[in-house]
Amino acid sequence: MRFFILIVLVVFLGMNYAFAAGDAEKPPQMDWSFSGPFGTYDRGALQRGFQVYKQVCSACHGMDLKSYRNLTDLGFSEDEVKAIAAEYTVIDGPNDEGEMFERPARPSDRFKNPYPNEEAAKYANNGALPPDMSLITKARKDGANYTYGILVGYEEAPAEKELMAGQYYNKYMAGNVIAMAPPLSDGIIGYEDGTDETVEQYAKDVTQFLVWAAEPELEERKQMGIKVILFLLVFSGIMYAVKKKIWADVKH
Amino acid sequence: MGSADRKPFDNPAIEWVDSRLPIFTMINKEYGVFPTPRNFNYFWNFGAIAMVILVLMLLTGITLAMNYVPHADYAFNSVERIMRDVNFGWLIRYMHMNGAHFFFVAVYIHIFRGMYYGSYKSPRELLWILGVVILLLMMATAFMGYVLPWGQMSFWGATVITNLFSAIPLVGDSIVTWLWGGFSVDNPTLNRFFALHFLLPFVIFAVVVLHVWALHVTGSNNPLGIDTKGPQDTLPFHPYYTMKDTFGILAFLIVYAAFVFFMPNALGHADNYIPADPLVTPAHIVPEWYFLPFYAILRAITFDIGIPFTDIVFIEAKLGGVIAMFGSIALLFALPFLDKHPVRSARFRPWFRIAMLLMVVNFFLLMVCGAKPAEGVWVILSQIGTLYYYAFFLVLIPFFNKKEPVKELPPSIHEAVLKGA
Ligand code: HEC
Ligand code: HEM
Repeated sequence: MRFFILIVLVVFLGMNYAFAAGDAEKPPQMDWSFSGPFGTYDRGALQRGFQVYKQVCSACHGMDLKSYRNLTDLGFSEDEVKAIAAEYTVIDGPNDEGEMFERPARPSDRFKNPYPNEEAAKYANNGALPPDMSLITKARKDGANYTYGILVGYEEAPAEKELMAGQYYNKYMAGNVIAMAPPLSDGIIGYEDGTDETVEQYAKDVTQFLVWAAEPELEERKQMGIKVILFLLVFSGIMYAVKKKIWADVKH
Repeated sequence: MGSADRKPFDNPAIEWVDSRLPIFTMINKEYGVFPTPRNFNYFWNFGAIAMVILVLMLLTGITLAMNYVPHADYAFNSVERIMRDVNFGWLIRYMHMNGAHFFFVAVYIHIFRGMYYGSYKSPRELLWILGVVILLLMMATAFMGYVLPWGQMSFWGATVITNLFSAIPLVGDSIVTWLWGGFSVDNPTLNRFFALHFLLPFVIFAVVVLHVWALHVTGSNNPLGIDTKGPQDTLPFHPYYTMKDTFGILAFLIVYAAFVFFMPNALGHADNYIPADPLVTPAHIVPEWYFLPFYAILRAITFDIGIPFTDIVFIEAKLGGVIAMFGSIALLFALPFLDKHPVRSARFRPWFRIAMLLMVVNFFLLMVCGAKPAEGVWVILSQIGTLYYYAFFLVLIPFFNKKEPVKELPPSIHEAVLKGA
């Protein structure tokens, strides 16, 4: 019986592996600080990643599920968050006179979306809709590696591949065609902490920021997980001993 | 449930209740001294494990429902609000989401146990049938629950599966419109799915009560598949099996917790984190893994059934697939009446044993097929798998009824145990 279960498992996993071929190239497998059961975010990378998002990606991609107040997670103080929010102007209202009015954003406001609606977003991007970034790393398979891959995966299109205006060749995108111009290039963002100003570094940082955006609970979840698993291990160990003792004098 | 032969309790409070409603007497009878075969292996843990997960699903489900908004415009974001802003909302949601996966893990192992050791045979036919009813209810519940977050897979999965009913001749399209409450999967569909998803787990709970009631009438089967013949063959449920079940449940929960806390989305599909969009069809619409074998059977019927070499078609391919899929569950209902072989346990049925183990391999094969696009070699493999699935019930089992030799069985459980069988 046991032997048989083993065989079934091996065959099943084998089949899954052998046939797990995808359409686009498999994204690069990066070594992230947040992977693994003890993983945590790197606050420096998160802050730099936010800078990349703010200065580059936010021109096209909204993050509707995030509020400015969430930025305290990245290690910003409340005052810093207030200052960041105040850089944006949002529409509020109606006021007592029934008029909508503009005011500086507050920490409780959602990230300001670059476009008033989806149609405007498409119109500004050759008909392609830049997806919301709040969940992007969960909304793609192998999300963190994939997002990093997209950002560094631009290449000269092979001769036989015809690209239309506004299309670019990206080896990690399904079908290899993406409607986003390469958003990053070396040196476009000035880091204050002396970190390399390369496309790879920007891509790594902004990806980590996006993973945080999608899974803000990740650190709490993993730390709780360690405790829960330890508890269950000890408890089941005790129960195993209890069971053994109770059954010691019965043949079964 | 009578109280005539009640023994008084020492504790006056317990005695006060018990003499009016003999609930403590019942608990003691059914879970305290209940005579249970002494030779269970760990496969007998999975009923209790399924029970624990059912309770877990009810508790997390009710808490989720307190924060969920069943409206096409708000459902997706209300789930994200639970994940981000509700205290421990992520924990509740991930427990519920992975709980569904592990519920099926437990129940599929539980069903395998029932088949392998012949627990479905007389006198446990009704117990088995109630089990299959639970399985059907679980499938319906899981399907509708998956629609609630209103992601891309929710929407398109619901569209594909409800569309199956359009294969029914004449009234199919009307039935689909009726199910949808409109002309496509939309807000009314989401509303009714939420209502039903809230209701069905309680129905499952009720059927589980019947299931366990029936079990306590016949008593449990055991790995040898022979009847218990007296007190030497059994042990009181408590403490022997209460403690063994507790250990089994905890061991199972370790694996479950590893998923909940460290890879909560590993068993799901990334596309469901994209909000539902009726205008964008995902490249591959794939159901959750626990439906894949049945999905593969559905898609295996790629041909019309009619009179060969003519244009006469009785059953179109689509309808054929739907019939094959529902038929595969119907066969589980029929199993106790198809298998007439006098021996229960596969331990003493070498032919059935091989067929049964191949059935497990076949289940995994169909699972892989269901996940792949329906083209090329995958169609052929699905067809082979479907053929074997049906042949197991309709050809092999009737054949074994007549031809499989009846081996000599151990005289009793305790004699077999003492010999170390
Ligand atoms: C000029 C506007 C623009 C900027 C700036 C921009 N993007 Fe995009 N992005 C797009 C558009 C348009 C798409 C949709 C592409 C498509 O569907 O082919 C897209 C798609 C994406 C995708 C999804 C690819 C997929 O699998 O569908 C990711 C991830 C992404 N962008 C990340 C980023 C990041 C990170 C940045 C900042 C470094 C960024 N983008 C900056 C316009 C932009
Ligand atoms: C909600 C899901 C279910 C729960 C909570 C549940 C619970 C239980 C429990 C507690 C037992 C006794 C312990 C054991 O033998 O493992 C049991 C026995 C049994 N169950 Fe289930 N069950 C479920 C689903 C099913 C299904 C889907 C089937 C079959 C299609 C099934 C078939 C059986 C059979 C045949 C037995 C008797 C086993 C034997 O004595 O050998 N059950 N169930």
